Amino acid sequence: MKTFWPVFKRELCSYFITPIAYVFTMLLLVLSGISTFYLGDFYQRNQADLQPFFDCLPWLFALLLPTLAMRMWSIERQTGSIELLMCLAVGTAEAVVAKFLAAWVVSAIALAMTFPLVITVNYLGVPDNGVILCGYLASWLLAGSCLAIGGCLSALTKNPLIAYLTAMVLCLAFMVCGTPVLLDALRGWASLPWLDGVASLSFLTHFEGLCRGVLDPQDLLYFISQLVAWLAATVIAVELKKAV
Amino acid sequence: MLGPNGAGKSTTLRMLAGFISPTSGTANLCGFDIRRQSRHAQRLIGYVSETGACYNEMSVVSFLDFIAQVRGLRGGDKKSRVTAMLEQFELMEVRGQTINTLSKGFQRRIGLAQAILHDPMILILDEPTDGLDPNQKHRVREQIKDLARDKIVIISTHILEEVTALCSRVLVMDKGRLLVDGTPLELESRSRYHQAVTLYPRQPLDMMTLGMLPGVAGIEAGPELHSVRVLARTGVVILPAINSLILSRGWDVPRQEVERGSLGEVFRLLTREQHA
Repeated sequence: MKTFWPVFKRELCSYFITPIAYVFTMLLLVLSGISTFYLGDFYQRNQADLQPFFDCLPWLFALLLPTLAMRMWSIERQTGSIELLMCLAVGTAEAVVAKFLAAWVVSAIALAMTFPLVITVNYLGVPDNGVILCGYLASWLLAGSCLAIGGCLSALTKNPLIAYLTAMVLCLAFMVCGTPVLLDALRGWASLPWLDGVASLSFLTHFEGLCRGVLDPQDLLYFISQLVAWLAATVIAVELKKAV
Repeated sequence: MLGPNGAGKSTTLRMLAGFISPTSGTANLCGFDIRRQSRHAQRLIGYVSETGACYNEMSVVSFLDFIAQVRGLRGGDKKSRVTAMLEQFELMEVRGQTINTLSKGFQRRIGLAQAILHDPMILILDEPTDGLDPNQKHRVREQIKDLARDKIVIISTHILEEVTALCSRVLVMDKGRLLVDGTPLELESRSRYHQAVTLYPRQPLDMMTLGMLPGVAGIEAGPELHSVRVLARTGVVILPAINSLILSRGWDVPRQEVERGSLGEVFRLLTREQHA
């Protein structure tokens, strides 16, 4: 634990001494604003909730979160600083979790910056703030899963751009596999258990459940197991690739 | 640790530093097994990798602060150690600068500073003077010499002058195998030029008598015109015999030199044998 906090702190600072954290937050705010108000018809719906915001968030996450994760390990391997880090008596798992947590905190800060939406909806109507809070929790968990995927893929390559693209594709795949479009396409030749299996793998299925304000332990467990699985995979990837 | 490129020097050092673990066998550092107790061993080690990479986007002082924290230093201890490092490696005036804006010489010194910040018993430096200009090389060597007074310093290099300048023990390796383990002097004595005497005479010498002297292994042309190099048999000092011969014959030899033996020659000999 003694080595965990310094690594975490350094990682967190590194997001803020480079423009990454600011650009990420700006993009998230601008794009979520556009999608909520223009594409999501926030005003025309005449409903006091943040549904349009939470509807667009997964897609924005898939596009934007890999930018936070792409440098996590790829740059360390590219510059060789991984050799420094791994020889400081810091455990691999410790470093993986510290780096992930730093990125997760940045995403939490970015999410927190969308607070004017909450104020707006409270000003205009009487929303169920419990549901909104639940939606934010779901968003943060979803962000964590995307970051864990991105972190794992960044451990597999030295090129941050490749890490970004592969992570984006994989995140999108995890989103798309729950959409009706894909499930309808599969319905022709896959049996029902398979369809359910594919749908239950999707981020969207579990995200939407939580966003409706239903704190289903299954959904929570899904996200937590996503996190744990990807972080474990990252540890293995770092161990395998660090000296290559 | 000496060896041609690709000999396995860096791999060996990386294993000692705990960056990679050996596929078979192990090593013991101050009582800690590098496989089973690698974290303990790592606490005793300061390591600078071949690239010497630091976190380049950080400033010098925040980077050293980070290292100090990871090494478990807190509060006043941390502050005084970091300041001591900044002073020892003359980094005071650049302490607020971002590392990647500094020259390679500075970056090397930052690397050394981070490695000894926690006052380790063992210092492992992988090609510490690689890519530096002659002045910077000299400086880094002086600093390594200083550090070697109270620490075990293991360096890898393929620069031979570094061995004679710095080392008290040499390991020559090639293709992953240890070829020689000895002092630089022992290594030099493997050279056929070790204890050879080069004569610069003003007149032709009687090569037959010279060749018949006890301990003489052979005679060959020296580096200059008319000069003669008399080779010694292994472990024999032939200078006195040659001197008395010169005296008794009344030869006019204004200059003579005893050779130490060329490390380069031994190095080539050892590593070429391997490749043949």
